[in-house]
Amino acid sequence: MAALHFHNVTLGYDRHPAVHHLSGEVARGALVAVIGPNGAGKSTLLRGIVGILKPLDGSIHLGGLDARDVAYLPQSAEIDRSFPISVFDFVSTGLWRGTGLFGGIGNTARGKILRAIAAVGLSGFENRPIGTLSGGQMQRVLFARVVLQDASLIVLDEPFNAIDAKTTTDLLALVKHWHGEGRTVLAALHDMEMVRNHFSETLVLARGPVAWGPTAEVLTPENLMVAMRMCEAFDDTAAACAGDDIGSRAA
Amino acid sequence: MLYDALIGPFTEFEFMRRALAAVIALALAGAPIGVFLMLRRMSLVGDAMAHAILPGAAVGFLLSGLNLFAMTAGGLIAGFAVAILAGVVARSTGLKEDASLATFYLASLALGVTIVSIKGTNIDLLHVLFGNILAMDDQTLLVVAFNATVTLLVLAVIYRPLVIESVDPLFLRTVSRAGGPAHLAFLALVVINLVNGFQALGTLLAVGLMILPAGIARFWSRDLTAMICIAVVAAAVSGYAGLVLSFQTRVPSGPAIILVATVIYIVSVLFGRVGGVVRQLFPGRHLEA
Repeated sequence: MAALHFHNVTLGYDRHPAVHHLSGEVARGALVAVIGPNGAGKSTLLRGIVGILKPLDGSIHLGGLDARDVAYLPQSAEIDRSFPISVFDFVSTGLWRGTGLFGGIGNTARGKILRAIAAVGLSGFENRPIGTLSGGQMQRVLFARVVLQDASLIVLDEPFNAIDAKTTTDLLALVKHWHGEGRTVLAALHDMEMVRNHFSETLVLARGPVAWGPTAEVLTPENLMVAMRMCEAFDDTAAACAGDDIGSRAA
Repeated sequence: MLYDALIGPFTEFEFMRRALAAVIALALAGAPIGVFLMLRRMSLVGDAMAHAILPGAAVGFLLSGLNLFAMTAGGLIAGFAVAILAGVVARSTGLKEDASLATFYLASLALGVTIVSIKGTNIDLLHVLFGNILAMDDQTLLVVAFNATVTLLVLAVIYRPLVIESVDPLFLRTVSRAGGPAHLAFLALVVINLVNGFQALGTLLAVGLMILPAGIARFWSRDLTAMICIAVVAAAVSGYAGLVLSFQTRVPSGPAIILVATVIYIVSVLFGRVGGVVRQLFPGRHLEA
């Protein structure tokens, strides 16, 4: 049973496609890296998966999952860091699925929250306002919230950008832990070394799928060259898409 | 002597007691709303909404004279229409909330002024503009208290999504659909409290008892719950001191309340524990860690 089905999906903004004619599926429990140059449509694809962007064409199926079974860590979270909220309270919002509008946070939940904060190495920071954290610490907080969301599909958009080696190592260990728990993880990444060493499956994206499969087979210089040459076309006067020309060319 | 100055007016005159009750109700409901307005960077939205209400109140006034109930209804309708239209436009298109609100409140204001200039006189309308908290009758006081109660109940319901939407709107969108309704409910609360305030302070100053206490609270705490409590206390103290000031001098009550709040605000800017000017100028020796 696949966790994710793409049926000829086209995603974009204002009728202009950013991801063109993607088909395929992600197996349950897979650990997938999505790579490609800036503007390749990685973020757009992930936004489509979590449902905050509706496909222009085609469809994405979550394999019976509710949208709330998906945890999403955006690339540049629109977080208001000046808002007076503590690390503990912020992380606890990850329990939304269980608590909803009114659900209380009892002792069990408190324990879960403290464990999630400990899992990302931030014990002792519970009462700090989020505005006082460094970039790396904030990223750890966001990972702690993903831990609490307890989602079967986890979508991470460039989670290790501007993050130092130590933090990256810690958080990558967490990602592999999720993989070990049987969760499906998709991550948009730029570090080819990391993809090669830690991710079993890779999707090379360049506005359309260039290659998709086991990392060792897909991550070839040829495929990366194709992805690099992708033109970032955004033609105001582009004609309506005739169908599968771009998809077949990429495949 | 001190008793005569500070408590005497309230034991002696019923209208002062009514005014005090009204101003405390306004503080309890309006100050928390103000804190959220400030944290969501919507302080001036409150001001714009106050303008949007004016024509509705004016129409109510023209239809049934100086009846605060009709004016409240008119204000609510105008305010809701503008708030909801602006919210819907901002959410369904890419337009920012402030831009779409500006359009609608200006249209509302223009419409209101047109109606008034065609049909009305403008002497009693001064009352609408600046309010008169000393002329509260039973009915008005009940309306104010009722609105305050509704505000606190609704705020309790939407508190959690409102907080999450303020910190991390994208996250709320991925886990829940409560963000949109919570935001619209919040805008509605802003309108209710503005209408509530203009019976006491007038349309022009109503927003003051919401925003000034919030600004004061920002200088004393980094915790949301504490900020809300401080804002409520600051609003109530301003209201009480303003009434006393107005009673003892010839300063009109509405402006007196806002002026007292302003003084507290200035003191907070100077001496506040969180980011106050004095703290910044003389921060003390830096810490070990």
